[in-house]
Amino acid sequence: MRVALIGQPNCGKSTLFNQVAGYKADTGNFPGTTVTFTESSVKVIGETIDLVDLPGTYSLTASNLAEKEVIRYLSSNHVDVILNLVDASHLVQGLDLTLELLELGKPLVVGMNMMDEAARMGITIDGPHLQQILGVPVLPLIASKGRGIKQLFTTVLDAASNGKVVNRIPYKNQQVEGIILELSKNLQDLNLDWNREALAIRLLEDGSELLNDSESEHQELKEEVEIYIRQVTEQQGKTPGWVFSEERHFLAQELTKQVMTRGEERVTWQTRADDILLHPFWGYVILLGILWAFFQAVYLTGSAIEGPLISLFDGLIANLGKYTGVGSFLTDILTGILQGIAGGVAIVLPYLMPFLLGMGFLEDVGYLPRLAFLMDSLMQKMGLHGKAIVPFILGYGCNVPAVMATRTLEDRRDRFLAATLSVMVPCAARIAVIFGLVAFYLGSKIALLIYIFNIIVIALTGRILSWRILKKSPGLILEVPPYRMPTLRTMLNKTWFRAKEFVIEAWPILIAGSIFLELANRYNFAGFLNLLARPFTWVLGLPSAVGVPLIFGVLRKELSMIMLRQALNVTDISQALTPEQMITFTIFVVFYIPCLATLAALRKELNTRDMLIIAALTVVVAMATALVGRGLVILLTPLGILF
Amino acid sequence: MKLLNVDDNIQVEIISCKGGRGISSKLRQLGFMPGDRITVIQRAPFNGPLLVEANGRTVALGRGVAGKIEVKACV
Repeated sequence: MRVALIGQPNCGKSTLFNQVAGYKADTGNFPGTTVTFTESSVKVIGETIDLVDLPGTYSLTASNLAEKEVIRYLSSNHVDVILNLVDASHLVQGLDLTLELLELGKPLVVGMNMMDEAARMGITIDGPHLQQILGVPVLPLIASKGRGIKQLFTTVLDAASNGKVVNRIPYKNQQVEGIILELSKNLQDLNLDWNREALAIRLLEDGSELLNDSESEHQELKEEVEIYIRQVTEQQGKTPGWVFSEERHFLAQELTKQVMTRGEERVTWQTRADDILLHPFWGYVILLGILWAFFQAVYLTGSAIEGPLISLFDGLIANLGKYTGVGSFLTDILTGILQGIAGGVAIVLPYLMPFLLGMGFLEDVGYLPRLAFLMDSLMQKMGLHGKAIVPFILGYGCNVPAVMATRTLEDRRDRFLAATLSVMVPCAARIAVIFGLVAFYLGSKIALLIYIFNIIVIALTGRILSWRILKKSPGLILEVPPYRMPTLRTMLNKTWFRAKEFVIEAWPILIAGSIFLELANRYNFAGFLNLLARPFTWVLGLPSAVGVPLIFGVLRKELSMIMLRQALNVTDISQALTPEQMITFTIFVVFYIPCLATLAALRKELNTRDMLIIAALTVVVAMATALVGRGLVILLTPLGILF
Repeated sequence: MKLLNVDDNIQVEIISCKGGRGISSKLRQLGFMPGDRITVIQRAPFNGPLLVEANGRTVALGRGVAGKIEVKACV
């Protein structure tokens, strides 16, 4: 038996799905977290059913990627029961979709979710009355707390076994109703897995596209549909799509009036919270405070774990020779493997895990859409909209989750641009270079200037890319959901769910890369690598020996710093590099090619081609900005402003 | 009158939503239909988006989008 779970974005479908199927879908208090659908075999009350979690959709009209997928699924596969979740606190909009689903004529069960939130808002819903009007079972549910799930699935199983035919509620507009009935009569002998009236509505709404897959014998029918569409459009002054959704909306409003009573809102802290959190001035102050606290927490946790772990691994690597022979092939291979493991365990995970946990919290509480609201105007200047702020902020910790976060953007163009820009954000590893080299030798003022320079370059790159190469981003339309208190269990599950991607997909590449570089070192590729990097180092006026640290930096960004002393053969870098060279080197390191783990993430989120384009682009940007930086230092040094 | 030019915290009624197919259908789904009553409750500075309440749902709309929504005063 197959049950399709459907509902509007952010109504708790994935939460319900995870409650019954274990943690398999990514959830968040951010509209449209599920982009593709997950099917899972679950055992509920002794029965095994295939439960399909469909992407959230406001209606069945194919206006975006997610909705097209839902329609394709509902019209192609055989679905036994449709389980429609409705957010009780947004009944009107929820019923819009429910009424549309009723039109499909398939067994339908409505789960009235978030009853607790509705109650808080002072909303009471007369479930039995609604059930009577709709003609399908309506059950109360609080999916986040697991309440009502058993009864819901008992009803779903009943609905599947009796397979009762469901009737749609006719529209109030008699003219339109007449046309629908007329067309549906002409569809009698069509062999499709659809209810006739439902098909008539769909054909009028989406045009004859639905029939395109079928053979040309439908040619006559297609023409007929076009005639009816014109008829509706002339009669009503708007396309059938608009007429139908207005009719449904009207019905939904009528129904809501009959079954819902709105009492006193119990808690108003939500609106009061938004008055401050979204305030034109205080909103930004709090935003900075939240981000600062967040970074501080991640940085402190990460560095506390990183230090001891790194020395542990360094000790292991240093002693390896004792057991496997100093300089032996086996030692080099093992060193490579240990380096790769250390990169993941000691450097990425200590920052990634607290980061994901913190982000998960901000996401589930509902702060991210508010962040998008506050930052929209700034992001517009970079050719993106507010939603793209999330990857940027993540980028300061680690570029890997930043690239993963671009998936919340619906548009491919936005995803590409946001990924390109977010890999230029200096992550924790690059901070090591900025601090270890620039701040240490030249002072924190210069380090701060490099940060500011970085932000300007990212903004300019965004502007240039979106100005000529990519079309303009459409404006922001984003639902701002109410605040919700996340449970620790979902947050931990979510963190693990996301960290798993790094462990499974990026880590092996990191280890393989370490082994390769270790071997390159063994067979004395250093001269060769320096020669390979020479065109770049020559233009930038850097010594040839920095080639190796730069190339190793692709593996792990902080290696550029760690290996610099070794490569230059000095303990005090200021003996080998001038301040001008240090700044040029650092700027280049900040922008050029993302690290291997990030490249792997880019490849997964976009594709190999885009990954290569982004890598090439970062080299161009790194060269250009390092040269500009070098020029600025040469110009400003005599003025005595910098040092 | 465009939604963009409406004062904060004053309820208005939607007359029409223009704009491309993508934008208008997305607005329609979020409950921005002719006859619906909506209120601008907040606006972000520096030409940022508007925060609009419609049917108990809060939605952030970019200025470009808000400029495409025709509204009139409620009676």
